[in-house]
Order: sequence, then structure tokens, then C-alpha cells
Amino acid sequence: MITCCPVGPALDAASQFAGDLAPWVITRADGSRELDLIIPGLSAPESIPLIEGALESLPGLAAARVNFTGKRVVATWNDPSFNPAAIVETLNELGFISRPFDPSHSGLNADDAQSRLLLRAVAVSGFAAANIMLLSVSVWSGAEGSTRDLFHWISAGIALPTVAYAGRPFFRSAVRALSSGLFNMDVPISLAVCLAALMSLFETFNHGEVAYFDASVTLLFFLLTGRYLDHLMRARARSAVSQLLSLSASSAMVEEADGSTRILAATALQPQMKMLVAAGERLAADGVVIAGTSEIDRSLLTGESHPEIAAKGAVVHAGMLNFTGPLTVTVTAAGQDTFLAEIIRLMASAEQSRSRFVRVADRLARIYSPAVHILAAGTLAGWLIWTGGDWHMALMTAIAVLIITCPCALGLAVPAVQAVASGVLFRNGVMIKDGAALEKLSDVDTVVFDKTGTLTLGRPRLANGASITASNLAIAAGLARSSRHPLSRAVCAAANSRGVAPAAVDEVQEIPGRGLSGMFQGGPVRLGSRQWCGIEENDGQGLPEFVLMRNAKAASIFTFEDELRRDAAAVIAKLQSEGLRVEILSGDREAAVRRAAADLGIERWQAGVTPQQKLAYVEQLKDAGRKVLMVGDGLNDAPALAAGLTSMAPSSATDIGRTAADTIFMGESLLPVLVARDVAIATQRLSLQNFALAIGYNVLAVPIAVLGFASPLVAAVAMSTSSIIVIANSLRLGLFFRREPAVAKGQQAGMPDLPQLERRAA
Amino acid sequence: MTILLILIPAALALGAIGLAAFLWSLRNGQFDDLDGAAHRILVDEDRPKRSPDGRD
Repeated sequence: MITCCPVGPALDAASQFAGDLAPWVITRADGSRELDLIIPGLSAPESIPLIEGALESLPGLAAARVNFTGKRVVATWNDPSFNPAAIVETLNELGFISRPFDPSHSGLNADDAQSRLLLRAVAVSGFAAANIMLLSVSVWSGAEGSTRDLFHWISAGIALPTVAYAGRPFFRSAVRALSSGLFNMDVPISLAVCLAALMSLFETFNHGEVAYFDASVTLLFFLLTGRYLDHLMRARARSAVSQLLSLSASSAMVEEADGSTRILAATALQPQMKMLVAAGERLAADGVVIAGTSEIDRSLLTGESHPEIAAKGAVVHAGMLNFTGPLTVTVTAAGQDTFLAEIIRLMASAEQSRSRFVRVADRLARIYSPAVHILAAGTLAGWLIWTGGDWHMALMTAIAVLIITCPCALGLAVPAVQAVASGVLFRNGVMIKDGAALEKLSDVDTVVFDKTGTLTLGRPRLANGASITASNLAIAAGLARSSRHPLSRAVCAAANSRGVAPAAVDEVQEIPGRGLSGMFQGGPVRLGSRQWCGIEENDGQGLPEFVLMRNAKAASIFTFEDELRRDAAAVIAKLQSEGLRVEILSGDREAAVRRAAADLGIERWQAGVTPQQKLAYVEQLKDAGRKVLMVGDGLNDAPALAAGLTSMAPSSATDIGRTAADTIFMGESLLPVLVARDVAIATQRLSLQNFALAIGYNVLAVPIAVLGFASPLVAAVAMSTSSIIVIANSLRLGLFFRREPAVAKGQQAGMPDLPQLERRAA
Repeated sequence: MTILLILIPAALALGAIGLAAFLWSLRNGQFDDLDGAAHRILVDEDRPKRSPDGRD
């Protein structure tokens, strides 16, 4: 194996945290201090004792605890003079890059609190349901008189506090829905649970024979389980996303008037500050270059794939990557004037237009809830007339109808399938932010791709490798191996893949904006732009080029192209064959987009599009009735991502892109787009099946209830069976996609997993 | 039927102990790191702690 280029220097430089840790240290009530760090590279369980052991042997540190699931470590100490930088250094020495994060800011804490609350409610209602069921079984098997009353009273003592405690999530949601004039599933749920408990209490007072305490609590238990599954799925994706976000938390080196430097968080930067940007770093703010020359990558902002030269006076924006030389930048924009602020404003307005989507369960609830209430009212009226004014009998039957029709299985139907689906997707490197995204994804009929960084990997590849001799390639690689410029790294990668060892080139110098020079076997060699090498310009193809000069003569010309994701063509072809309209919307130059579109067989494409135009185009498609899936990664895509019916972004996208997208996929393959759509369609199919099962059960059970035969025993059996059937049906999704992890493997090995595509079709 | 006076409180108490244990473990953070807990059982506790710069 030839080690040629430094491995991902840009990434390393960007993720190495060198700033002041003080803002991240939390002082607890008892005076001890705590630092939370994320360790993205934590994957081997053997590292747990290694990290904890090394940290705990630091003098002054009280405890270190690794959270392997969240890839986090919490360090605590009591001594105020302890320097937390030692923690980051120790982790570095162990080979882990770490980043501080604020658990209360990342949204993880709020999620954890909510999930604990739900889990507690599940536990309490589970306990109550089990105990009440025990007593109810005794009643059903023939307990009579005072024994029955005693059992009912104990049941009431358990059930009423449980309903009051565990029912709160439903009551709140029902009140919210009703106060805005809508029906959701929680309205009939709350009504059934409360009425069942109150009616049973009344019966217990009057030494009645039937009480529905078990039904009311079991209902809560099943429904809370569904709610918890739903929450778990969203929390998992969110925690993964916030980890990605915290990775790019940026800081900047600022030069003071007296020449000293200090490191500031990006949010603390002010206009007129002087910012030093080293090669390989991302810019933390908008500004104007006042010293230095370098090449910068604007692709995340504009979609333009070719690095641009930035010299004195050039305007640069936050998020751009500085490749070759150090730059000094005066910060110009802060607040509402930045490019970023403009994008965020566009995004917010696009989001608003999207919030009209109504989820399947809610759509159903709009019909189901009124129907159930009318049915119960009808039952009440019918029995009143039939019995000639027996209020007691009529009320009991009406409440039994409410209990039987309570959408218990309906409440589980969607969360259960979606929780399984998100698990399947997660294993395939797709993180979906909520269940609504799955529902939207299954509806999509148009897919709009960004080019740079989405269809392509956003990094150039040597296009004419076959026409370059091995010796020339070796010299070029020898020159390029110390450079961070993307074209240099492409040269190295090409040499590496052909098994050509880089030649020994001495005195290598990098001249920003021009190229590299050095000495090879006593003669001068150069690798750089045509202009610098004195060759006449020939920009017919619009491709980036390097010329290799040997002894002042052009030895070879290297042409580069932005590499398409390996399986992009296969995925696009598959999408098109399934009847989807596929388009490219790119901010890159026309020649580059035309070529990519031709390679992928996409007829509709647009080049040189601004973020505003992207947004306008997606809106226009929506107005024409199309259901658009937007796939993009850059800042320039963010408004369009927010505007589409739904959206996906690769994990390499900008923070804003990842925030705007509903779904994020990992890895170098484009296959997750296809897999996500397949899983979404299967999920939707299973959800509808579950609805059909649940409603089918109601069709059978309702006549029994209306006619007054629904004893608490019948209600308990029917409710449990329908819930179990729905859950069992949901688990089938996991079976369909059992073999999917093969996708991830093929992806890692760099193979477009075409057999996978074929299997899918079968 | 007097046996009920013992059996019912006993059943309820056992259930309540289970619930209390679950709520305690939830509050105690036992469910915070399920993957880590699965691996920690294999960690050898007797191993001497490493020096700060210690590698393998």
C-alpha cells in the first residue's frame, strides 16, 4: 500500500478542536465541574476501558464515564484549577478526535426528558394494567357480593391515579386539537379512557356488576407503547443528526490589534475583526481577504465544483474551504446581512408553505372520530327509546361502544411500522427525522437532484489517466503528495489506484493559485495551471486541468472531472424506470452539468441556478401538482430542500442542508435514496394494512357492543388480540428488508451493488 | 376468604416493588447506554489503570 496523500487533512484540521474549553464546562450545584465530549470515532468496545482508564488517571479528574451508544464521554472533577484541555489531549493521544458539546443545547436533554416521561408512563400503566387484570379475572371467574365490591374498589384505587398520571399526553393533545377546532385520534381516546373510568367508579359506588377499569388502563398501556415507539424513532435520528452538527461547530483564529492571537467561537465573531484562516480550514464568517492568496472551494455555497483563486480584495463567505495558503480576512458581515442569514430567511418561508401536510393517521382521525361519536350517541338514543327511558342501561352500552371502538390498534398501526422502518433504514445508513417524512417519501413522483456533492462526490478525479505514462504520473504524484489542493489529491489517488509509487521530488513548493514546483533528478519540474506553465489557454471543455512541466517542456496534461457517485447512473435509471421524473438543478457551470446529465441519462437539467431560482423552481413544480423529493447538500440547496414535499441530504452536507432535510444518508453510494423510497412505500403499505385490520376488527366488534353484549371480558380480549395482530404485521417489514445490510457492505467495498437492485425488482 | 387479605396486598406489593425498581433504574441512568452496558460486562476490572500517555 502506498501512502501518498495525507489522509483527509482538510477534515482533520476542521474537526480538531483547539479552542477554549471554558464555555463548555458545566458547574454543578455541588461545586463539581463537568465536561461533555463527543467522540465520533468511538466504535470499538475495547476503547471503553482504555478511555476511562486513561482519563481517570489524570491528576485532578474525579471520574470519566463513556456512553458508548451516544459516542460521548462525561468527565467530572472537583478541583477548580484542573485544566480540561488535558482531557482533549489525552483523547488525542489515544487516537480519538473529540469535540465539546453542551447537552442542554443540542436538544438531546429535552429528548431524553420526554422519552423518560413516556417510559415512566408506560411502566406505571403497565403495572396498573397487570394488577387490575388480576383482579378483573377474579371478578369474571365469579367473585360476587362484597368480594366483587372489594376487588372493584382496589381496582379503582389503582386505575384512577394511573389514568390521571399516564393519560396526560393524550389529554393535552386532545385539548390542543379541540381548541383549534380539529379532531385527532386523541379525542376519542381521551373520551373513552375518562368515561370508562368514571362510569366504572359510579358502578362501584352502586355495587354494580361490571366495571371497565381494566379496559381503560390497558388501553392507555397499549397506546403509550405506540407513542413511545414513535418518540424513540424520532429521538434516535435527532441524536445522530445533532452529533453530526456538533462535529462542525466552528471556531476561528482572530488576530488582535497588538498582534496576539486567540481562538473564538464562530458565534462570537464581530465585524472588523481580523481572522486568520490556515490552509485546510473552513471560513467561520463572511469577509474580505486582506492578505494572502489561496484557492478556495465554494461548492457547498454555490454548487460550483472548481476551486477559485482568492487574493487580496476577494469576498469570501462562511462555509468555504481554504485549500492551499493561509489567508487573513476582515470579517464584514454579522447579523442579518450575511449570506447565511439570507438563506435562513428563504428557508423559513419555504418551511411554512410545507407544514400543510397531514399525516395518514390524522387524515383517518378526521373521519373516524366523528363517526365513533355519532355511533355512540346513536346507541344511547336507540337504547333510550328501546328500553323506554332506562338511562343507566343506555349510558352503559354507549360507553361500551366508545371503549370497543377506541382506536387502540389504530394508535399502534402507524408507530409500530414506522419504528421498524426507521430501524431498517438506520442499519442502511439512512436517518429519517420523523414518521411524516416516510409517508411523504412514499408519495413522491419527481426527484430533483443537486449535482455537486449529491450526484457527485464533490471531489475531482483524474479523467484522462489512461493517456498519462506511469513515469509522468509518478513525478506528478511526487509533487502533489504534500498538497491539500483537491486536484493534487486526485493525482495521488490516481497514482495510488494504478500502483504507481510517487517519485522522489525535492524542494517541493506550493504557490497558491498556480501550482507546485520542485526538482526531480536534477531538473526543475512543475505541476499547475496552463497560464503558470506558459501553455496557451484552451478552455473548450471547461474541465479543470493541470500541466506537468519537465525541464521547461510540457510533458503531460492532466484533466479532471468531478467524480459521480459510483452507483448514481444505476440508481437514476432505476428511479426513471419506476416512472419518476428525475431532474438536475445545479449551481455549477453549464458544461459540467451537461456532461453529468448525459452520463446519467437525465434529460431535464439546469445549470448556474442561484438558491432563489432553485427555490422558485421547486415551488413551481409543486404548484403544478408534482410531489417533489429534493436531494441536495449545499447551502444553496437549503431553501429548495425546505420547499420540497420532502428532502434528503448526504451526511457530508452543510449544517444548514442537514437541518433543512427530512432524511440524511451516509456513505458514498446513492442507493440509500432508492432504499429509503422502497422502505417508505413498504411502510405505507403495511400501515394501510394495519388500518384495515384495526377497522375490520371494529366492524366485527361494534355490532356486539351496540347490541349490549360487550362485557368487560369481551372488550379486553378483543383489544389485546387486535393490538397483537397489528404489531405482528408490522414486524413483517423487518423480514422484507432483512438482507438490506448487504447494501452497506457493498457500499463500503466501493461496489455498486447491482444484484441488490435486481433483487429489489423481483 | 380471609386469605385474600394477605394475598392481595402481597400481590400489589410485589408489583409495586417491580415498578419502583424500574423507575429507580430509569432515574439512575441504567437505560442511558444500552450498547455500552452490553460490552462493559466483558471488561476486566482488575486490569491496572494506564498512565495518561499510555498506549498499548
